[in-house]
Amino acid sequence: MAFDRRTFIKGTSVAGLTLMAPGIIGRAKADDKIRLASILDQSGGLDIYGKPMANATQMAVDEINAAGGLNGQQIELINYDPQSNIQFYTQYATKAATGDKAHVVHAGITSASREAIRPTLGRFQSLYFYNTQYEGGVCDRNCFCTGSTPAQTVEKLVPYAMNKFGKKVYIIAADYNYGQITAQWVKKYVTDNGGEVADTEFFPLDVTNFGPTIKKIQAAKPDMVWSALVGGAHISFYRQYAAAGMNKSVPIASTTFGVGNEHKLISAEEGDGILAAYTYFQEVPGDNNAAFVKRFQEKFGADAPYLNELATRSYEGIQLWAEAVKKAGTADRMPVIEALESGISLAGPSGDISLDPKTHHGVLNVYLAELKDQTFNIVETHNAQPPSDTLLVCDLQANPDQATFYFENGLEAAGIK
Amino acid sequence: MDLAIALALQIVYGIANLVLISLGLAIIFGMMRVINLAHGEFLMLGGYTVVISTNHGVNIWFAMLVLAPLVVGLIGVLVERLLIQYLYGRMVDTLLATWGLSLLFVGLVTTIFGAQTETTISPPLGAISIGDYSSSAYELFLIGVTVALLLLVWAVMKWTRLGLVARATMQSDDMASALGVSTRNVYMITFGLGAAISGLAGGLLAPVTGVLPSIGATYIAKAFITVISGGASILAGTSAASILLGGINGIMSFLTGPTLGEVALLAAAIVLIRLMPTGITGRFFRKSL
Repeated sequence: MAFDRRTFIKGTSVAGLTLMAPGIIGRAKADDKIRLASILDQSGGLDIYGKPMANATQMAVDEINAAGGLNGQQIELINYDPQSNIQFYTQYATKAATGDKAHVVHAGITSASREAIRPTLGRFQSLYFYNTQYEGGVCDRNCFCTGSTPAQTVEKLVPYAMNKFGKKVYIIAADYNYGQITAQWVKKYVTDNGGEVADTEFFPLDVTNFGPTIKKIQAAKPDMVWSALVGGAHISFYRQYAAAGMNKSVPIASTTFGVGNEHKLISAEEGDGILAAYTYFQEVPGDNNAAFVKRFQEKFGADAPYLNELATRSYEGIQLWAEAVKKAGTADRMPVIEALESGISLAGPSGDISLDPKTHHGVLNVYLAELKDQTFNIVETHNAQPPSDTLLVCDLQANPDQATFYFENGLEAAGIK
Repeated sequence: MDLAIALALQIVYGIANLVLISLGLAIIFGMMRVINLAHGEFLMLGGYTVVISTNHGVNIWFAMLVLAPLVVGLIGVLVERLLIQYLYGRMVDTLLATWGLSLLFVGLVTTIFGAQTETTISPPLGAISIGDYSSSAYELFLIGVTVALLLLVWAVMKWTRLGLVARATMQSDDMASALGVSTRNVYMITFGLGAAISGLAGGLLAPVTGVLPSIGATYIAKAFITVISGGASILAGTSAASILLGGINGIMSFLTGPTLGEVALLAAAIVLIRLMPTGITGRFFRKSL
């Protein structure tokens, strides 16, 4: 049983011993339970992503337990906070796999954290779910990636934005594997659609002064700016861009703006007109989603964060796994993997989604939206989009015995032009 | 030509930005030899003061120029009384204590306000155009504030009794206290002023940066490099180091991109410290403030 500092303080101060008691009893017969380990950054720089994900994880587990559990067994949620530190990821992944003997591990936010723990969990044969949008290319029998990939979001948003704004695109991206590879995808789709890339720039995650770049953008005179910026420091870009009056003349499109709830952290004036594409927005229509948002806000109070793709994928990732456990009749690894590969599907908050057996990625609904008054208005919907980027390189049915990350060295190395 | 003017303005702003984020740290380090690892969090608290108070309807100018320095200055005085005063002369212990303090501040703000706080402020004052280029008028305002702040600190140090006593304490606290100066109070006021200037900087930067509990970490490294490169003289050192490092960073960022811009800044600082271990003012402008 692992307590991080914050859950410990919350647990003791809010509920005191009443909450502790079932925990202690629960541990005594822990063998009757299905153990689900969650490793998400709930403190440090990545907590803007990790906290909503951890909340959604908690809610998914609570709901399954309240509905009687899976095959009559309750789920025990083992929650780790790696504090935005990669070193803790490997440590906690090892602990979850060997110490807790978790039946499934839902973990990782950045691509760097995923690549730190994926080999560990593979080695210990612990089923692994990665519920974050990422650059695509993971092909691993032991790993299921339920987040969106560039073929789902970037491919849809590029033509829409180019039609609306023009064909000359200036790309700015975060300087680590996700940003680098995503920038290559953007470039590919821009070129495929007959556009041109004026320039591409990468920013270390702690850059807060974007002045020189804004001048370069003005000199290059593009029709639009594509942002794959990540994290708290990079929010400065959108503000300084608006302060220089640029948001009025050269609009921004992005598939990263919004997952950190950036649209709430800049004013309406600064953000209006930004285009984004995700497989989920809180504004997605439908009763399923309305009920989901209501339950989330009731559970986490008036201060509940805006629900974005990351939080909802975490929720749906657990629900997909739960469907497979029910179908397999057990939480053991191989039967669950086989059940997951049987084309399992779910009517979730983001609509009807399923898992693609060839790549272990989600077949997801993609929504394009425009920001107005700190709210996303959905302008286009593309249902049941396959992970066609990863499908180019990965077929786990033909060759199940692999654990490769194909886009590790960029797209050209993976044979994609 | 337009580009040259726009770029020059941008580089001056980059320099002013460095001065702004470093000055509070420089005062605390230069006067008291206390390395304040919670400096980034003082900036963050200044930003939060502005975001929270404007969310409650306070005028943004009042929040930035009055509330932010006031709130963070008071927090600084409190920190000095409760923590720092027991650790003078113990450099390593202060490092550890202020690092703990920074974690405490991040944790406290996250607990009270959550991992993110919605904001409604945007940079006041609009954009100005220079031919084909446009810049933020607010950046010009920040340059002006930075210059005014440097002049103000200089005037206080040079011409007021407080400045005289502070400089005396800085040179030799034993002698100052033998002459009847309450060095205890001088330290408290200096720390409070340093914190207040950090709060002001954080508040002024709030409309052009993201304000999050963990944002302090992105400022602390650059502030430290600037202060250490500058050396013992608070104003001359911070200004000289900011001009050098900010200039290199701005030019390289424009020519090659932000990654190499950051690399160039760090490389310049390493070379500088190797050649001048006591900083720029260890060799030049030694008698300056």
